[in-house]
Amino acid sequence: MKHQFDVIIVGAGLAGLRAAIELGEDTRVAVLSKVFATRSHSGAAQGGIGAALGNEEEDNWEWHMFDTVKGSDYLGDQDAIEILARDAPRTIYELEHLGVPFNRTPEGKIAQRAFGGHTRNFGEAPVKRACFAADRTGRVILDTLWEKCLQRGIQFFDEFQLMSLIVNEGQCHGVIAYELASGKLHTLHSKAVLLATGGYGKVYKTTSNAFASTGDGLAIAFRAGAPLEDMEFVQFHPTGIYKLGILLSEAARGEGGVLRNNEGKRFMELYAPVIKDLAPRDMVSRCILEEVRAGRGIDGKDYVHLDLTHLGEEVLNTKLAEITGFARTYSGVEPIKEPIPVQPTCHYMMGGIAADIDGKVITDSEGTQFPGLYAAGECACVSVHGANRLGCNSLLDILVFGRRAGKEMRRYIHTVGFAPLPSNPEKEVIDKIAALMESNGNEKGGPIRAELQEVMMDKVSVFRNRPGLTKALEKVRELKGRYQNIAVQDKGSCFNRDLLDAIELDYMLDLAEVIVLGALTREESRGAHSREDFPDRDDQKWLVHTMFRYSKEEGPQVFFKPVTITRFQPKERKY
Amino acid sequence: MKCTFIVYRFEPAVDKEPRYQEYMVEAEPTDKILDCLNKIRWEQDPTLSYRSSCAHGICGSDALMINGRIELACQRLVRDFKTANNFVIEPLPLFKVIKDLIVDMDPFFEKHRTVRPYLINDEDPPEKERLQDPENQKFFEHALACILCGSCTAACPINRSNDKYLGPAALLRGFRYVADSRDTATGSRLAQLDNENGAWGCKSMWWCTDVCPKSIPVTKSIAQIKRLIKEEGKSKTAGS
Repeated sequence: MKHQFDVIIVGAGLAGLRAAIELGEDTRVAVLSKVFATRSHSGAAQGGIGAALGNEEEDNWEWHMFDTVKGSDYLGDQDAIEILARDAPRTIYELEHLGVPFNRTPEGKIAQRAFGGHTRNFGEAPVKRACFAADRTGRVILDTLWEKCLQRGIQFFDEFQLMSLIVNEGQCHGVIAYELASGKLHTLHSKAVLLATGGYGKVYKTTSNAFASTGDGLAIAFRAGAPLEDMEFVQFHPTGIYKLGILLSEAARGEGGVLRNNEGKRFMELYAPVIKDLAPRDMVSRCILEEVRAGRGIDGKDYVHLDLTHLGEEVLNTKLAEITGFARTYSGVEPIKEPIPVQPTCHYMMGGIAADIDGKVITDSEGTQFPGLYAAGECACVSVHGANRLGCNSLLDILVFGRRAGKEMRRYIHTVGFAPLPSNPEKEVIDKIAALMESNGNEKGGPIRAELQEVMMDKVSVFRNRPGLTKALEKVRELKGRYQNIAVQDKGSCFNRDLLDAIELDYMLDLAEVIVLGALTREESRGAHSREDFPDRDDQKWLVHTMFRYSKEEGPQVFFKPVTITRFQPKERKY
Repeated sequence: MKCTFIVYRFEPAVDKEPRYQEYMVEAEPTDKILDCLNKIRWEQDPTLSYRSSCAHGICGSDALMINGRIELACQRLVRDFKTANNFVIEPLPLFKVIKDLIVDMDPFFEKHRTVRPYLINDEDPPEKERLQDPENQKFFEHALACILCGSCTAACPINRSNDKYLGPAALLRGFRYVADSRDTATGSRLAQLDNENGAWGCKSMWWCTDVCPKSIPVTKSIAQIKRLIKEEGKSKTAGS
């Protein structure tokens, strides 16, 4: 089937929905999502969204900008971070006006709480900057924006899998999508395409991410010629539920929760004397693993305790209601009375499709545009998070830059017409599906995926070194080879999950290869990328963005892009 | 431990009638039911279809019938059931089955749309946030936990006999906006719900509240709508 829209948005999380709303009533826009829109993973965001409103105590956007730059270990682009921090209060007020039910202060203003790495006066002490709706902040914003889209009559293609971008002479003008319910292909012809497909935490074994977080948009853009930026920077959130990886929000520590080792000691006091348990995530995750290595994990195992027992029933049941429920359901622990076993879990990808401050996908270190192609949200790298994202900056990022991408596309579509479609745009996708469905290969997707997740967790997580990364690269490439012999066993056309699993696995293998290559290339430790064989940050050599370009013959090709530094020169990062 | 899973199967292109298929799964007591379904799909039978995404009870994809009770497959663990490790997995009742455990949610979301699930306020917004009494927030806070999984609507006995009835999920969303002090369409919202297919369709049978995986007092919220309709009627009479 063929459809025509001015703009196709792929992904119905907050970046996609915010862009859709911005495109306005005069634009024909369609939102395509492989899960029903409200199932998007933005809805799992818990703790808050950062903005220097100053509702609870003095704050200003420049402190927010500084914290974000420092949190990024100086790899974030400061022009973009300035936009993020300055536009944050407007973003919050806009959400409030749309109906987002933020928690309130006694005088009725939007309530705020402390979050990791957010400080007053350039690092003096924690500041209350996170606006929140209990610990379901993402969920209520997702509902509000989705319902706003319903009001606007925006067309959704729910449960449609993105299969490829239509690119002709270097210009993107549509997508091919697979309808899950029927197995039919759809050609969606457009003037512009926004990729807002989220993260790819499923590359790792232990993750807070959803099954849908497989990085489809990145892998497809990569193969279509868009470079991937800073892919080695993978955030491990310190407090995932032990063994399961389910997230327990940083808000738990923002409300006063503390981490304890097997001696009951609040160990973050040693590592970050000023802001303690509210140090940034990269640091807290490393500290937990240092404690474990020193034999101070609980019961000698690889986890520590998150202690919320002193916060009281009222705080737990109201401001932290969801995570209190998660602890009860999944750990069998009563957080009012006992500490919760936690360990780092793969949570967020700082890297992504290289994009500029208006969501335009760029193809080189000079910022040359990929015409018609845009990216926003976790799948994009603008880069506002650099080497490590601060908590509650993600919801902010996707709303600020989702909106900007929407604005830019609205301008762009009035400057171009519909480029003619190639004669048989679906051919490549038809061939790919046929090859998977008709294959006589002896490999199954399940074991390949499991081995991929295992090796990434084992060798490419919080601590890395050359021998481990080299082994990981060999393994990923071996798995890519085995993937060529994969056979889909479900031959049906209605909700064929087997086929979708196989397609997603292909994307994850590509992305894993780039993550490992990036990690091998970057011979320093910065933010979430911690090389045991290169323990120091090296600004002389590595204050640059790592970029990888796809090459079918030679594999991913590396090049570099300078970091934009405006207000804050790199300094030692201490908390 | 070994668990038996008897799973409802229906492939429209092949099956005239649904059938049940039995699988043996090696599971840990702490495995989620969703983990067990994944084991079946990844290790034994890739043709089994069901929805899932976040796998921790926040996206609302995987409401199913587990041993005759509506549950989220990702929120119930093997150890939560005292049924000698036997599990019967079926799709949500009331909804039309598309394939295996996947049901057609379109009618559910159609009803959701009819309650105008968005803030209506035609006044120019202030420069900053609108002020809102935290007490007002507390009044409808529980309704914000809804994940649109459809459990309540599937469980509701009224829905089974009257397909025009809005159902508990849509009414809960209606309540969320009726109760929000920032919304200025309260009167017309209440008028819209003031009939047998709206709030009065609810006969307070509590099944929705019983099955809600987020422990939302759904029935009470519908009762609040009824109370507000009565109060609105009184104040109108008093005013005229």
